[in-house]
Amino acid sequence: MNSRIAYVAFNTFREAVRDRVLYNLIAFALLISAAAVLVGEISIDVEKLVVINLGLTAVSLFGVVIAIFIGIGLVSKEIDKKTLYTVLSRPVRRWEFVVGKFFGLTGTLVVNTFFMAIGVFLALLYVARHLGKADLPVLAALYFIVLEFLVVCALALFFSSFSTPIMSALFTFALFAVGSLSDELRGFARMATGVQGVFLTVCAYVVPNFSAFNIINQSAHGDGVPGRLILYNTLYALLYSTIAISGAVLIFQRRNLK
Amino acid sequence: MTPSRRVSRIAMIVLLASAACSVVTLHAIDRLGLQSQAQQTLYVRSPKTLRRMSLGFTGLLADIYWTRAVQYFGYQHNQRSEDFHLLAPLLQVTTELDPRLLPPYELGANFLAPQPPNGAGSPDEALRLLQYGIQHNRDQWHLYYELGFLYFTEFKDYGKASAAFWAGAQLPVTHEFMSVLAARMAQHAGEFDTARMLWYTTYQNTNQPDVKYNAVQHLAALRVDEDVTHLEQLVDKYRQQTGNLPTSMSDLERAGFIRGTPADPNGKPYKLMPDGRIEVQDPSLILYITKGLPPGKGASLTKP
Repeated sequence: MNSRIAYVAFNTFREAVRDRVLYNLIAFALLISAAAVLVGEISIDVEKLVVINLGLTAVSLFGVVIAIFIGIGLVSKEIDKKTLYTVLSRPVRRWEFVVGKFFGLTGTLVVNTFFMAIGVFLALLYVARHLGKADLPVLAALYFIVLEFLVVCALALFFSSFSTPIMSALFTFALFAVGSLSDELRGFARMATGVQGVFLTVCAYVVPNFSAFNIINQSAHGDGVPGRLILYNTLYALLYSTIAISGAVLIFQRRNLK
Repeated sequence: MTPSRRVSRIAMIVLLASAACSVVTLHAIDRLGLQSQAQQTLYVRSPKTLRRMSLGFTGLLADIYWTRAVQYFGYQHNQRSEDFHLLAPLLQVTTELDPRLLPPYELGANFLAPQPPNGAGSPDEALRLLQYGIQHNRDQWHLYYELGFLYFTEFKDYGKASAAFWAGAQLPVTHEFMSVLAARMAQHAGEFDTARMLWYTTYQNTNQPDVKYNAVQHLAALRVDEDVTHLEQLVDKYRQQTGNLPTSMSDLERAGFIRGTPADPNGKPYKLMPDGRIEVQDPSLILYITKGLPPGKGASLTKP
């Protein structure tokens, strides 16, 4: 990686981990994983399923919230505080700044996910008494959640490159919600005909397919994850993030910062 | 006292007073009994709508609805209520959100089928639930077992019970008892041994303490029913031989029909009544018995 990108990424990471809100969110996600043990107690025969479902859902949702709320402020905060001018007055190109920010935020989320995952596995260990081969799909589900964060980070950065933080948060969250229902959207597209059908099909391809990353329930049932799905999802997340980051770079390059 | 210290003291007093008042208020709210009404409301009954609202986290939502079903059933059961109208919709939502979640089929059918207060008294709903479960989990022998069990206990349809056990016995992963149960159901459906075998299989194949306890209670009840039937046959035989009814168990012992005084699973001796019937000493201690009860009393169904 270009050293300037690495420098921006490292500083973004350092800035993000200093944010106390981040720790609160991680603590809350860990608390929910611990609470999953109690929820399992008031149900019957689903203790392990509840720990996996609730734990991974908490990791996913809190991670998305962290990605959105840090991602939307990455560019606007630098402009508001005027620190962006200091950075860009050095030999750092605008695209390097955007890409560095993306990697910094992604790194923050990977580290967050690591700690939240430890919480989920500890809760799982407490309930199941041991971890075995059957729990490997949980790792795959966590990997897909990280891929989901990659796309959310890229989208948050894309919107923040031209919009206010509040609007960026709204746009990103709306796309996350619609993307989580992309299976339904594809269903509608298949059923619709004519112009409507074409429009829905285009929408179904433009909207990020977050439902493909959600294998939480399958992993809770111990279903194996096909190698091809891992490959395709990885490729899809990388490609979609590249599209969003490229868009952010294009807009940011032309943005008047005066 | 400095002004800041005075403010701190006042704040502390206000805090403690508010805390105490909030506890009293909460008690007053609890006494209104609104909480139980809230629990008995199912706002969204459409699994499709819930699936969309869950943003793809259907597994978690199914776990939550299953927990709600368990809590609802437990609450109504503890209240000795005969109204379980939300149980079937809760189970339907749960299973449609996650058709592969097995406990709602296995245990839900046992909540739905028995007559109140032990269940919702809806064997048809239980049947629908199990059929839906089998449709989505064709490789699970437990579901065929539950289906056979339901046909046996609630519908007394031994042919269908046998067919269900037999279908479960054909699966690649199954229990060795399934084919035995299928055969017994076909030939000896009404016998005590058949029922005993079913409850024993239930006992063996569950990790749930409540289900194990229930199976033990049924096994004990079967023993009582069998003992009472056998003892009443002996009383009849004694009457045929001597022309009189025995006055006590000792008469049967002296005639060589029994050895010692027979006792129920709790160790309490059976009572020989003047009219020749056999009764247990305390029917409330043995659940689910259909025999050995005082005249006019139905099966003892006071506990789950």
